[in-house]
Amino acid sequence: MYLSLSDWRSNKASNTSRAAQVAFKASPTVIALGIVSMLTDISSESVAAILPMYITGALGLSMIAYGFFEGLNQSASALVRIAAGYAADQTSRPKPVAVAGYGLSMVARVGLLFATGFAGIAAVIGVDRVGKGIRTAPRDAMIQQASQPEHLARSFGLHRLLDTIGATVGPMLAFVVLLLVPDGYRAVFVLSLAVAILGVAVLVLVVPNRKLGAKPLPAAQAHNSPAATAEEPGRSIRALKFKPMLRMLSRGRMGRMLCAAGLLGLLTVGDGFVYLALMAHGTMDYFWFPLLFVGSNLVFLLLAIPLGKLADRTSRAAVFVLGHLALALAYLCASGGGSLIFIVSALAALGLFYAATDGVLAALAGQLSPEGSVSTGIGAAQTVVAVARLLSATGFGVLWVLFGANLALLGAAALLLLVVPLAWYLLLGKSSQPAEEN
Amino acid sequence: MSDTEPKGLGKKRTLVLIVIAVLVLGAAGVYSVQAFQRYQERTSGASAAALRDSMPEGDRIVFRNTAPGEGYGSMAAVALNAPSGQRALTDISCDRVAERAGLVSCMKTRRGIPTTFENDVLDAEGNLVETLPLPGIPSRTRISDGGLVATTSFVTGHSYAAGSFSTETTVTRADGTGYGNLEDFTMMVDGEELTAVDRNVWGVSFVSENEFYVTVASGGKTWLMRGSFSAKTLTSVIENAECPSVSPDRSRVAYKKRTGLGATVHWDIAVLDLKTGKETIIGLRDGFDDQLEWLDNDRLLYGVPRAGELGDSDVYVIDARAEAEPEVLIEHAWSPSVVRTAG
Repeated sequence: MYLSLSDWRSNKASNTSRAAQVAFKASPTVIALGIVSMLTDISSESVAAILPMYITGALGLSMIAYGFFEGLNQSASALVRIAAGYAADQTSRPKPVAVAGYGLSMVARVGLLFATGFAGIAAVIGVDRVGKGIRTAPRDAMIQQASQPEHLARSFGLHRLLDTIGATVGPMLAFVVLLLVPDGYRAVFVLSLAVAILGVAVLVLVVPNRKLGAKPLPAAQAHNSPAATAEEPGRSIRALKFKPMLRMLSRGRMGRMLCAAGLLGLLTVGDGFVYLALMAHGTMDYFWFPLLFVGSNLVFLLLAIPLGKLADRTSRAAVFVLGHLALALAYLCASGGGSLIFIVSALAALGLFYAATDGVLAALAGQLSPEGSVSTGIGAAQTVVAVARLLSATGFGVLWVLFGANLALLGAAALLLLVVPLAWYLLLGKSSQPAEEN
Repeated sequence: MSDTEPKGLGKKRTLVLIVIAVLVLGAAGVYSVQAFQRYQERTSGASAAALRDSMPEGDRIVFRNTAPGEGYGSMAAVALNAPSGQRALTDISCDRVAERAGLVSCMKTRRGIPTTFENDVLDAEGNLVETLPLPGIPSRTRISDGGLVATTSFVTGHSYAAGSFSTETTVTRADGTGYGNLEDFTMMVDGEELTAVDRNVWGVSFVSENEFYVTVASGGKTWLMRGSFSAKTLTSVIENAECPSVSPDRSRVAYKKRTGLGATVHWDIAVLDLKTGKETIIGLRDGFDDQLEWLDNDRLLYGVPRAGELGDSDVYVIDARAEAEPEVLIEHAWSPSVVRTAG
């Protein structure tokens, strides 16, 4: 295994081996984008936490019809994600596309203040998701561009850390408001809108609007001039046209990476199922259910940067693939029993899994994308994973009903242990040697 | 946006950012404080409804009082023969409420970090008999003549980006024993077992201590199902029917029927004659979204949120026949439950 790992390290970029030698400097752009994501997540997660209560409690509607809109929204969001990445590549400017995405979600918050019927709420949620789909790929392309290539995964880890802080703070904020004002849903929406506006303001005012393909600023300079715009020194990157882009995505190492990520995604059943399985042992009160999510988030917060660092120093592909062993461990723990040790281990393993895969996948996709196709590449990787996980959740639900939680989780863990070597082979095996590519 | 932006964040940009932050956060803060004050006024002032001091004797309708002012959100009661008259307030706060067989089922939200939900079962004097934790948001509750308590709650995911939600419907006795989650019952649709993953069960209405009607949903379809506790089975009766309600004489079942396709969701009332199998649709211009309650063998009750007044609603009455028109029966009320003391 380690032989092929070191072979793979000697690829043309050989960024990973240099990670130890080049000092890491957190790019101000990455931090700014992290703050934008944090604010946006506070905004969206505070609403998400109370929206079901608002729909049923304040609007007096049943949640049932909500389900009918789900499938449509999910698939629309996936398509939009690749399209937005492609648009960012074609224009070579990810920032305006990202601004459009964040802006759209901000507009959805305004809509929330006025929507009282089911169609209105559904439209607002749809707009918000389209915004989310649009912004992700161009934003990650901007992170990639602003990061030192040697420390790409660590930069993504830093961004995801800030992002997750927002996702954890948001619901708490909403619950505090409702504790003070029991029917203060509108107050939460107004707060959410304010934070969303602030997020867009930081994006527009602080994050530089650089052309894709522009060389990253030298670390020292970047450190001193956060909003600096690198003047393009007579070099222009041509975005790939549609057909070469498709070829790029479907062949070579990128194609194999998407294939591996998709396969692994098919066995990523969703943390909700892990929590439910833990609950199903009957040792925990319902009260703890929302806190399980906080628990795995905390582990993620602790590990996101260290694992990014590890990925940069060794191999992003290896950390991404092996991270799925932690997921298998989480499945095993969740099926193991309801005692504290299993609960804590399952949450820790889940946090570890996300820390090893979330930012690292973006870094890996960015690294494998040729210049001029970074946004599309990252968008495609995220879409493949998102769609695979959606399928996985649906399929796993069937197994859950047929065989029960424990057996279904054991089965998923076993399959995962089979697929991990396969994914390793696809990403790091002999046929993945860079020589074949160039 | 140009490529030649000034180096550094720049004083002007910093200033603009600070001004925006102060403005939006300040505005949100002011709004929150006002919301807090409005809430105080709404819950502590004089009630917008006419009040009486003692509980009505004999047959009555209990409901959730949504009149602004004192007692907002509390369980209240009016006499069955004077439903639009004065109401008596209790100090029991509920999101959904039902009373029968000397028991009250009160589904409520416990605000906190995180917010949780529970079902308090009380006796006729209002003493707490049992508290059962709920896995999600209160949605429906009914009690059988023998004291079986059915509850439906919405269980939602953490994030609406994941968009997952499901219902959990359980039937228990006041002592906590019972039949558990109805999702574990064997479900039959037109003679074939339903094994799909996305099965959801909600809205129980009791026929007896062993038989009941309930909604089962899967793959975007819903069915009215007849259930048996002893056999642990649910058997489909008719498609496209939600939230059943069995008439007092047990001859008919009223439910929500989804009409109008596409993006808009609209439910009309339907009444199924159990002997003849004839379904009568009662078209509603504004639709509705509640579990119906039989006022008597000819009339139905349901709650409708007030347009433009968040958190307030009215209970309507309508004849159980085609072409009937609804009218307001109890203002500022939600989740009606008819309590018959005799027979």
